[in-house]
Amino acid sequence: MGILTPDPGLVFWTSLSFITLLLILRKYAWKPILRALKVREEYIEFSLKDAEQAKEEIRKMAETRKQMMNAARLEREGLIREARELKEEIIEEARAAAKLEAARMVEKAREQIDRERKEAVANIRQQVGLMSLEIAEKILKEELVSEEKQQSVIEKYLQQVDFN
Amino acid sequence: MEGMSLTVIGLGIIVLGASLGIGRIGQAAMEAMARQPEISSKIQTAMIVIAALIEGAALFAIVVAWLKG
Amino acid sequence: MRALKNLVFLLLFFVPVLAFAAPEETKEDAPEFDVTGMIMHHIGDAYDFHIISFTNGRGEKVHVSLPLPVIIWHEGHLQIFMSSRFQGGAALVAAGDDYLKLYHEKVYLTDAEGTIYYDDAHQVLNPKPLNLSITKNVASMLLASLLLAMVFISVARVYAKRGGLSVPKGLQLAIEPVVLYIRDDIVGAQIDKDKVNKFLPFLLTVFFFIWFNNMLGLIPFFPGGANMSGNISFTLTLAVFTFFATNLFGSRHYWKEILWPPGAPVYVKLFLIPIEFIGMFTKPFALMLRLFANITAGHIIVLSLTSIIFVLQSIYVAPLSVLLSLMIFSLEFLVALLQAYIFTLLSALFIGLAVNEHH
Repeated sequence: MGILTPDPGLVFWTSLSFITLLLILRKYAWKPILRALKVREEYIEFSLKDAEQAKEEIRKMAETRKQMMNAARLEREGLIREARELKEEIIEEARAAAKLEAARMVEKAREQIDRERKEAVANIRQQVGLMSLEIAEKILKEELVSEEKQQSVIEKYLQQVDFN
Repeated sequence: MEGMSLTVIGLGIIVLGASLGIGRIGQAAMEAMARQPEISSKIQTAMIVIAALIEGAALFAIVVAWLKG
Repeated sequence: MRALKNLVFLLLFFVPVLAFAAPEETKEDAPEFDVTGMIMHHIGDAYDFHIISFTNGRGEKVHVSLPLPVIIWHEGHLQIFMSSRFQGGAALVAAGDDYLKLYHEKVYLTDAEGTIYYDDAHQVLNPKPLNLSITKNVASMLLASLLLAMVFISVARVYAKRGGLSVPKGLQLAIEPVVLYIRDDIVGAQIDKDKVNKFLPFLLTVFFFIWFNNMLGLIPFFPGGANMSGNISFTLTLAVFTFFATNLFGSRHYWKEILWPPGAPVYVKLFLIPIEFIGMFTKPFALMLRLFANITAGHIIVLSLTSIIFVLQSIYVAPLSVLLSLMIFSLEFLVALLQAYIFTLLSALFIGLAVNEHH
């Protein structure tokens, strides 16, 4: 059959144009195109790696920040606690001091009152003694105007006095 | 004319056989792809290669039938 | 853009050469429409590029076609002349002591009277000269090659100028995914990584060469319409290139598999060796036949469906015929791509089988 017989002219021209095309395209088309594609792929790969690194870095930074914030929070809490403790201590101290002072003052006051009362009592006693003496003097003066009366009184006293 | 009609019958048988074979390949490949979609590109390549082998045999037969007819 | 301009320029350059063949008288009773002849004429080769035929006002049939150079090597002399000198087969062209005659789109050597001898089966017995003419198929292929070179060199220039990092645009957008697909999914999947770069230019060229020729063959008017990629010479040449690429670079393991298949008893080996040896040739042979048969069958089907109108001589089947023809036509666009893909994939597979290190 005609169409199944290869024609030498066509084979020649096909070979010629295919080889020429292969040589030309390999040099002027496939090389630049494939190189450009390769460059792009490498760039993308590199960028991806870069992005991965940046992500890792950001993650680390976030971690650090979190840690720092944690530390700061802890420190703040510590400070607050410390301050509170200090405050309480101070208050406690002040309270104790105040208590002590109050107790001291009360003591002092009591002592003074005591003293004053004693003084007053002594005073009163003195006064009362003096007054009694005066009164007794007066009474005695009244009573002991008569002799017998005086006698009886002495006796009575004497009876009362125990000599043992 | 008698030879021609015999050739035509032969061509019909060739096409029948080839299409049955390629159809079975296609069926098997589709089922495999549905079962394992993740390797479907590999299955597709294998499918085309096997179909091409059958097609090659069928083409041989067609050419021989044509030359003899 | 420049590529397009160049193409227009090229066409304008050729238009003045257009020859108007002598009008022939239309016969009174139109003969029965010869479908097989028309189709065979279409899928075959020709020495001029037919552009259009019409019947002029005086009832004469006019064929407008582009004459192509005929290059004949005969008896140590190279003869180059335009095919219009054949006057469609009516005139003889002297070549040394013999004469050249165009007969049924083939050039034969004849005597001074242009006698054609036949054998019993009505086959021409006249010898053929060594014929390197730029026929219709060759012209179509050269045009495809030119287009291919212009497209890819311009794209490569854009890549070189803008660098690989810029966002692709224009033709780059169309070509880049195809190139990437061939590199990664066709070649990269079949051939070892360190050998991909060696075969990638060849396989890329094969793919686009076949695809461009297929597409140009599908264009139904002037610069296209030749059946180059459906011609056995074309597919034979490409298959031979694949054969060489496979066997010239075959690894030691590949040859061992053919010449002394391992892991089999000796009597099986003796049986396997011829099979393996034949297999070396059947693979490219199947490649050749596949592309030839697919593309030629596509052309034949489209033409046959269109011919229904003329066979039945009825305008009423035209819608159906044109619709069917269009359907097959759009299918052929897919086939044009698919056959280029399959040829490239199988070439890559065969090369991969031959050159890959044994795993």
